[in-house]
Amino acid sequence: MTDFNESANIEKKISGQADINSVPFTEVEQPGPASLAQQAKGFWVTFSTMFKKNQTVQYPDVKAPTAPRFHGRHQLNRHPDGLEKCIGCELCAWACPADAIFVEGGNNTPENQLSPGERHGAVYQINYLRCIFCGLCVEACPTRALTMTNEYELADDKREKLIFEKEDLLAPLRQGMLAPPHPMYPGMTDTNYYNGDVKEAHPSQSESGQGVN
Amino acid sequence: MTTTQDSAVAVEMITVVIDGFEVSVPKGTLIIRAAEKLGIQIPRFCDHPLLDPVGACRQCLVDVEINGRAFPKPQASCTIPVEPNMIVKTQLTSPVADKAQKGVMELLLGNHPLDCPVCDKGGECPLQNQAMSNGRADARLDGYKRTFEKPINISSSVLLDRERCVLCARCTRFSAQIASDPFITLNERGALQQVGIYENDPFKSYFSGNTVQICPVGALTGASYRFRARPFDLVSTPSACEHCASGCDMRTDVRRGKTLRRLAGDDPSVNEEWNCDKGRWAFKYVTALDRLTHPLVRNSSGELVQASWPEALAAAAAGLKGKRAAVLTGGRVTTEDAYGYSKFARIALATNDIDYRARVTSDEERDFLAAYVAGSSTTYRDIDTADHVALIAFEPEEESPIVFLRLNKNFKKRGLKVSAVATKGSIAMDKLKADFIKVAPGAEASAVAGLALTAKSVILVGERASESAGLFSAVAALAAKTGAKIAYIPRRAGERGALEAGALGTVLPGGRPVVDAAARVDIAAAWGVDSLPATPGRTSSQIIDALASGDLDAVVVGGVDAHDLPHSHAVLDALKKSFVVSLEIAPSSVTAVADVVLPVAAITEKSGSFLNWEGRARAFDSAVADSHNRSDVRILSMLADALGNPISLGTVTSSAREFNQLGSWDGARVQFAPVAAGTAKSVSGNDALLSSWRRLLDMGTLQKGEDNLAGTRRPTVAVISTKRAESIGVTTGQQVRVSNAHGSITIPVLVEDIHEDAVWIPRNSFASQALVALDAVHGDVVTVVKA
Repeated sequence: MTDFNESANIEKKISGQADINSVPFTEVEQPGPASLAQQAKGFWVTFSTMFKKNQTVQYPDVKAPTAPRFHGRHQLNRHPDGLEKCIGCELCAWACPADAIFVEGGNNTPENQLSPGERHGAVYQINYLRCIFCGLCVEACPTRALTMTNEYELADDKREKLIFEKEDLLAPLRQGMLAPPHPMYPGMTDTNYYNGDVKEAHPSQSESGQGVN
Repeated sequence: MTTTQDSAVAVEMITVVIDGFEVSVPKGTLIIRAAEKLGIQIPRFCDHPLLDPVGACRQCLVDVEINGRAFPKPQASCTIPVEPNMIVKTQLTSPVADKAQKGVMELLLGNHPLDCPVCDKGGECPLQNQAMSNGRADARLDGYKRTFEKPINISSSVLLDRERCVLCARCTRFSAQIASDPFITLNERGALQQVGIYENDPFKSYFSGNTVQICPVGALTGASYRFRARPFDLVSTPSACEHCASGCDMRTDVRRGKTLRRLAGDDPSVNEEWNCDKGRWAFKYVTALDRLTHPLVRNSSGELVQASWPEALAAAAAGLKGKRAAVLTGGRVTTEDAYGYSKFARIALATNDIDYRARVTSDEERDFLAAYVAGSSTTYRDIDTADHVALIAFEPEEESPIVFLRLNKNFKKRGLKVSAVATKGSIAMDKLKADFIKVAPGAEASAVAGLALTAKSVILVGERASESAGLFSAVAALAAKTGAKIAYIPRRAGERGALEAGALGTVLPGGRPVVDAAARVDIAAAWGVDSLPATPGRTSSQIIDALASGDLDAVVVGGVDAHDLPHSHAVLDALKKSFVVSLEIAPSSVTAVADVVLPVAAITEKSGSFLNWEGRARAFDSAVADSHNRSDVRILSMLADALGNPISLGTVTSSAREFNQLGSWDGARVQFAPVAAGTAKSVSGNDALLSSWRRLLDMGTLQKGEDNLAGTRRPTVAVISTKRAESIGVTTGQQVRVSNAHGSITIPVLVEDIHEDAVWIPRNSFASQALVALDAVHGDVVTVVKA
């Protein structure tokens, strides 16, 4: 090998380019056709399944219940008197890894008391095109306003329809609840609400013509 | 923190050891600040570099040893200046300091509610952050926390949640030391200690918003930002304040295309870390005003109808083509836009008839601006080194609040002497203990000559000097005699930039005189045109007169409100007669009579820059990214194209680049021809000479939509002297009627220190719009009677 060639080799090493022709070609052994025993073993799985219980559910005619802690559509809960638990703190939006939640806070006023205390969620949107149902928002919620239901039928024909507003997410009014806005239970503070001291809407409010569900 | 010092002053340096690292700092530096220099963060709440040390929160405890002798207990590092042979151990190296800090944090949190989800400060809270970095993981306190009724309004725009307060006294120290508005204080003692206002005396300060910004917990919050957003929602853009010529650095926080709050930026050479409430809270006008969204063109039946941009530009070009036209830009344009107007007038309209001054003006002022202000370089630093500051036709707190803060700082720190030539005393003058030289309206010029200034003095002259004949001449003569520096402080943010950009009849960009052939050739060459018009242009009042008399046919109007000009009815009549192209953000008195209305971008929607009164440029980017509105300069460029005389300024960037390349003029300035000093008219009986100025918070268009801010306006009053009060038989609080042949204003009276011949009313406050209601300017005779 001459000096000239040696320096060319060094250069090749430095530049990291290998000569394609110098790479050894290894023949990979191809598998042959399966033996009869092997085939019988494979088809036995198919054959034996014919005698097992059918797992297919005729959805949507039949709707099987989910696991009890299945992560489905969210729900914004209410206090027992109907006031919303959400205070618009945006911690759910902060926790969301998919940026699916949009919240704007608002001031509670005597005429428009939506939740106990000073603050309520004025705008609450969850974008189910983005949501990955991880449940971090539920963990973040300081008032237990946000939980998840088992509802999984979240498909629609327009993208806009999959951005759920506060009205879509709010829990239904149950027995003893009164649709907000209405004043807080007389004599109770927001701390009483969080401690569970409020059990139902105050009778005076139900008599005021708004009606209790 | 900057540690720039005058190179002339030798600073004694002291070397200390902090956590085993040596650091040299100037004598007098506090331990906490020396540690910052090493990058060691000691937790703190009460410490603020611009406020006097107080050692109130005790969070910054460290172990200190001097000459081998250790303090028996940890010491507050925010109150102890460094000394030679000092060895400091912070929480990083001293378990004792660390334990002490954790203990203090535990005590602070003992009474602090855990309502972070409801609190506006959540996410940007020094208490939250430092509780995480320097606090215990769990609380040992098992009991009830202190509660208060919440929140309480300490003013209409500031809310106080007392249970969140950690008693650091930052807000009370700011109010007392920086703003000299000691309306809040720490009341009670012990566990009940709380920030409070005096009974019946709300926190009416023009600087109250700063307390919200420096509160290290969520105790003080702004009413207009309450519950609006979290820090992670906001897109922050550095911006410049558009409200006055102080030139504050600002930060604009936008959520989904809407400005939610503005904060003071940190520029040590201008606003330090402060700003005024108008700059902080008056931003809703952008959305509150009924914004123009489409170009409007007046049709054959005289109605303004929506039009497309090509239609509107063609209509504007058709109306301006071959006509004798002028330009009024208004004082709120950015420098880039002003340069666009300036070039548009000279090239597209071939005229020097351009004036940016939408207020009471004089020819004397125009010549003074061209001769003394264009290219001048008096700065805030000159106030810091001045031996005497004279205020001429200038009320610092109302007309340029950051200048007031700087004067106040120098007054507090080193007893700066301030003299004020004025008709009426003011709150700012009281705070500055200013030497009040009382003159009758109109006679200011002769009083100025008698001021004893030196070469180290600064004369701050306001735009109202144009309302008193000979006042600018007297100021120029005084400066020439004593060597004092002149600082001209206009009220509006765009005025200095417009002057430098040549939006004035006698000057071309860079302060080049129109009458100087070499200056014209200079600019003509840069603009690629054969020649520029050589006749000096008309002033704004001359333009209005010429429009009325038919000497001018058309006018291009920027952001001008006719009611800011004297004789607004005559102005509107003149505009009605003429072909008017109006560039505006919202319908105004001018768009109502315009023939073509072109919508432009508001300040948050565009980029640009403002020159403050010093001539210091502050550029800003658009805070709202997706606006379809464009800056004036782009629309003028399109209009110039439609006229067939392109000005080629398609973007703000190209305008800025071209303007900066022109540079300033190094040749001879415009000659200033002094004007004889005016005298006050003589009055007798119930007649009085009118004096007025605009309050910081008044009926201004840019304050629309912010009701919380409006609540901290100073009350509308007519100010008269004790003697006049006796002669017309009124006492403070009773109603008086200030009237002339044109109209009348009836407002409560305030008996105060004012020249006997004068009556003062606010110029544009609620129920007192002097220019509109009385059509009277400074020094005019009005009648004051008991109502």
